[in-house]
Amino acid sequence: MTDVLSRSGKVRLGRLVVYGCLFVVALVYLMPLWVMVVTSLKPLDEIYGGSFIGLPKAITLDAWRAAWSEACIGTECTGLKPYFVNSLLMVIPAVALSTGIGAINGYILTKWKFPGANFVFGLLLFGCFLPYQAILIPMARTLGLLGLAGSIPGLVAVHASYGICFTTLFFRNYFVSLPDELTKAAMVDGAGFFRIFWSVILPTSIPIIVVSCIWQFTQIWNDFLFGVSFTSGSSSPITVALNNIVNVTTGRKQYNVDMAAAMIAAIPTLVVYIVAGRYFVRGLTAGAVKG
Amino acid sequence: MSASTRMSSRLAGWLPRLVVAPSLLVVIVTVYLFILWTGVISVTSSKFVPTYDFVGLEQYVRLWATPRWHTAVANLFIFSALFLALSTGLGLLMAILLDQNIRAEGALRAIYLYPMALSFIVTGTAWKWIMNPGLGIQKVVNDLGWTDFRFDWITNPDMAIYTVVVAGVWQSSGFAMAIFLAGLRGIDNSVIKAAQIEGASLPLIYRQIIIPMLRPAMLSVVVLLSYIAIKSFDLVLALTNGGPGTATELPSTFMFSATFRRNQMGVGAASAVMMLMTVAAIIVPYLYSELRSEKND
Repeated sequence: MTDVLSRSGKVRLGRLVVYGCLFVVALVYLMPLWVMVVTSLKPLDEIYGGSFIGLPKAITLDAWRAAWSEACIGTECTGLKPYFVNSLLMVIPAVALSTGIGAINGYILTKWKFPGANFVFGLLLFGCFLPYQAILIPMARTLGLLGLAGSIPGLVAVHASYGICFTTLFFRNYFVSLPDELTKAAMVDGAGFFRIFWSVILPTSIPIIVVSCIWQFTQIWNDFLFGVSFTSGSSSPITVALNNIVNVTTGRKQYNVDMAAAMIAAIPTLVVYIVAGRYFVRGLTAGAVKG
Repeated sequence: MSASTRMSSRLAGWLPRLVVAPSLLVVIVTVYLFILWTGVISVTSSKFVPTYDFVGLEQYVRLWATPRWHTAVANLFIFSALFLALSTGLGLLMAILLDQNIRAEGALRAIYLYPMALSFIVTGTAWKWIMNPGLGIQKVVNDLGWTDFRFDWITNPDMAIYTVVVAGVWQSSGFAMAIFLAGLRGIDNSVIKAAQIEGASLPLIYRQIIIPMLRPAMLSVVVLLSYIAIKSFDLVLALTNGGPGTATELPSTFMFSATFRRNQMGVGAASAVMMLMTVAAIIVPYLYSELRSEKND
């Protein structure tokens, strides 16, 4: 009897430790977000007065206003607004293009296998793991030759090209598990290549379309390397503009504006994560090729 | 069969290949041809713009004679080792703890993983502020009464690389957790039940049975995190901008600044080739084994 009691006591203690650890780790993970939000809501004097982690004494949205429409990026004091628009103009076509192309590639590589299809897939797959430094110089030259240097369409093309590798991986791995009978039956009924894609395959692939869109959106929105290498000045995406705001070295450092700017850059992907976190995780784990 | 239907059926046979061809062409050009192009530039004397005069391995010699590159390579080793060990360890621990029928599992998982949704530029900006010695964590602890407490790594050339590790682990350990958790959920419960009936304690079961069964997940985590470590660029730029001095230079930042800031395109291309070979040495065997085992399934 005592043995059973002490045993259940031990189990209880164990549970307590488990919950305690998980809770502490959660606090540590939330801390940077907390600090960003409270700092962005404080007036600058309060920050220099030494308030770091505490709640603001007087909440003000001045820093957010400054970050959005007044802060200087280089010599242009326009705030992040135009760069936010740049990022939107870049991300929407790039996501649509890469997801659409990835879907049809995945369909071909699973349901219309031709000799060498696996080799083609392998070629595309390595593109997912390409360290982009290895293509920066040729890409910069090529964009220049095509007249796309420093432009949003140029960035769209770059992101869509490398995005195809990821999206093909997503769709291929998803379609592999769809039974071939599905397409065979449609073929017997006389449906052709595109017909089957539209009316048989696509309707079943909503989840993977969501995964692909979310993954591509997050990757492209958060990209910095391509943005900083291939654009300058007013055509930059938001990550580049954010980095410029933060690295201003003249005058008194406006930490509250920096944090508001960081939040503005983070909000779109955070919202997507909160709304569709489940799909986001699926995109992440798809990188482990077999999921 | 009439000639026209034969034609159309032959066309139908080629149609899939025709549709996939443009993608393949794009990837062959932008991945493989561009790699080759970078390789070519690395054996020329290119400075500000590419010039195509063959100079052999001169740029590689110059690269390896650059102290800044040595700093970058040494930093990559320190950063990758710690980043991998800490992210994997923390991720595994969190996954195991979360797998104990935790009530708020969904919410906790969401909290551990949200940094993955952020740009490294945002992460770097936030941590730069947090680790700022004058106003950040150091000041908070000092104000609490521990006045000797110092946390000035970000301004200390010997310690700055560890701030990159801290921010990197914060961003990526949730990712390791997600893959491990998926692996844990795939393990057959009856194995664990049987071991429990045999009288094995829970820690022993984890050490002897469950963690060894997570080997495929472990492989994925290590490979994908290594890839993240090698391409880390934005995090360093936003957090320390490679400094103080060149203290937190990584190969990725070295390549960028040599090419676009210091007009040493040849050296930049050579460093890019070194990076590519490192990634390929890790990724190609991994992809090969993943694809092969898929065939055997």
